[in-house]
Amino acid sequence: MIADRLMGLDEAVTRFVKDGCQLAIGGFTITRNPMAVAYEIIRQGVKDIHLVCHSNGQALDVLIGAGCVKRLEIAYGGNGRYAPTCVRFKKAVEGSKIQFEDYSNYQMSLRFLAGALSIPFIPTKSGLGSDLMNYEGFSREVRKEPKVANMKYAKIANPFSEEKDEVVLLPALTPDVTILHAQYVGEDGTVRMKGLTFADIEQAKAADKVIVTCEEIVPRSFIRSDPDQNSLPSFFVDAIVKVPYGAHPTACFNFYDSDPQHLNLYRKMAGDDSLFKEYLDEWVYSVASWEEYLMKVGMETILKIKANPVIGYAVGLDRK
Amino acid sequence: MIQYSDNEMMALAAGRFIKDGDIVFAGTGVSILAATAAKRIFAPGAVVFFETGGIDPSLEEIPMAVADLRAMSGTALNSGLIEAFSIVGNRRLHTIAFLGAAQIDRYGNLNTTVIGDYFKPKTRFSGSGGACDVATFASGVITFMQHEKRRFVEKLDYLTSVGWYKGGDSRRELGLKRGGALAVVTNLGVLKFHEETKEMYLTEYFPGVTIQKIVESTGFPIDTSHAVEAPAPTPGELRVLREEVDPQRLICQAILAVPQEGK
Repeated sequence: MIADRLMGLDEAVTRFVKDGCQLAIGGFTITRNPMAVAYEIIRQGVKDIHLVCHSNGQALDVLIGAGCVKRLEIAYGGNGRYAPTCVRFKKAVEGSKIQFEDYSNYQMSLRFLAGALSIPFIPTKSGLGSDLMNYEGFSREVRKEPKVANMKYAKIANPFSEEKDEVVLLPALTPDVTILHAQYVGEDGTVRMKGLTFADIEQAKAADKVIVTCEEIVPRSFIRSDPDQNSLPSFFVDAIVKVPYGAHPTACFNFYDSDPQHLNLYRKMAGDDSLFKEYLDEWVYSVASWEEYLMKVGMETILKIKANPVIGYAVGLDRK
Repeated sequence: MIQYSDNEMMALAAGRFIKDGDIVFAGTGVSILAATAAKRIFAPGAVVFFETGGIDPSLEEIPMAVADLRAMSGTALNSGLIEAFSIVGNRRLHTIAFLGAAQIDRYGNLNTTVIGDYFKPKTRFSGSGGACDVATFASGVITFMQHEKRRFVEKLDYLTSVGWYKGGDSRRELGLKRGGALAVVTNLGVLKFHEETKEMYLTEYFPGVTIQKIVESTGFPIDTSHAVEAPAPTPGELRVLREEVDPQRLICQAILAVPQEGK
């Protein structure tokens, strides 16, 4: 059972998210980002994080903005129409404040899959002809550090073909810790994600430690009555934190939509260094508990973004 | 005279490329509008799916991002990124992908990563996301562009996603077995690629746009000898776009959601 793995946000981050760790974040752009954990990482002042992402949006951006991230491997930093390019990510790259290396979504997903399968690399055709293959973001010194591949890509001839046929090899990723937000965790620790799962499952299986925040802890009988719906077995999960609305301002299928007003506010404030500091003070540093955060979000917004649980999203939500 | 926006014209022009049976890979912004329009107007037998893994969503409301909950509601199946790419590149399927870009060259190669130096950028964009992957694996790519000289360039600042690479057979020689740039749809017209040289040429200019204007807005020489005026949207098409596809008018009237320099 999960009694020994159930904990608060503070304990989960203190125990599993260390300075200099390699961190993977579940979710995608404006959906199911583990925001409550990201905020706690910022509050605890974890630094020098090596972030490995496919298309992370909001969590990626606040972590970079708050100065927690030293190194980044990324396919995409954007928040849909709320921020076509994530604001603090853009600033950090343009200002050379961060070590960064570009990959694609599929490449990053495959790298997590390779980590999950305990294989050292994985082939694809994606990247042939692209400058992704021509620009190495990390220096030679960085490449000597733990969990950094000694080169970005390799290219080989398909050994099974007599004809010329080049293939790209991608190094596996094995993050120190993966953080995810799920709709349900069973009393037996089984994780159930609803809607799209993105690369969350591969990210979890590739990691040394996994923190899962969830909307609800549900009875074992519920989880076991329809196991085809489940995403991740219990033994991959090291910390479970119940955090309703824990992905806000990003969305969580069947529970709540992304919060357009908050994401617009964020974009405005993130664009200016002093306003962004105010944003962090107001929404992260000065917030003593998750309950207090939700009080700040307010009942009006909570009701506005609440999903119709049958349809999955907030029907008619003003998304301008 | 019928009034319509650039996005509406572009969505309809792109939607006409879609045939029944096509599997349409939709990105964000105008490409979602185009994919939905294609299915509702031109090719009801096409299937729309998203890079994030949502297959054939009901699209009662238009998704504003590929991870929008509306891309996973009423679907045939919800999966993950790896499953989604197993569809894009599947050899049994004819997959058409819609992409946008900050820069394009004459062979339809795309830049969504950076303007200026990679390490000391003038403007940094979101990056590849799934664009490099779909450009690699899809049967064909249709790209939406704002038609400006600084975007239609001789040489990309960064080649994120491969089109016809260096023209001729160079894409195949890279080891990419299928796919390539099918068309470019801009706010001024539609461009395709020459069968053999794979160079971009003008095929349609939109009503009210001159060929001269397009030539001046393109940073490399283009063949305009095959160009004809595109049909204006019909009231019926616009009604479907505005009332069925995007009743909240989130994209129909919005600016193009492709990387904008300086934003």
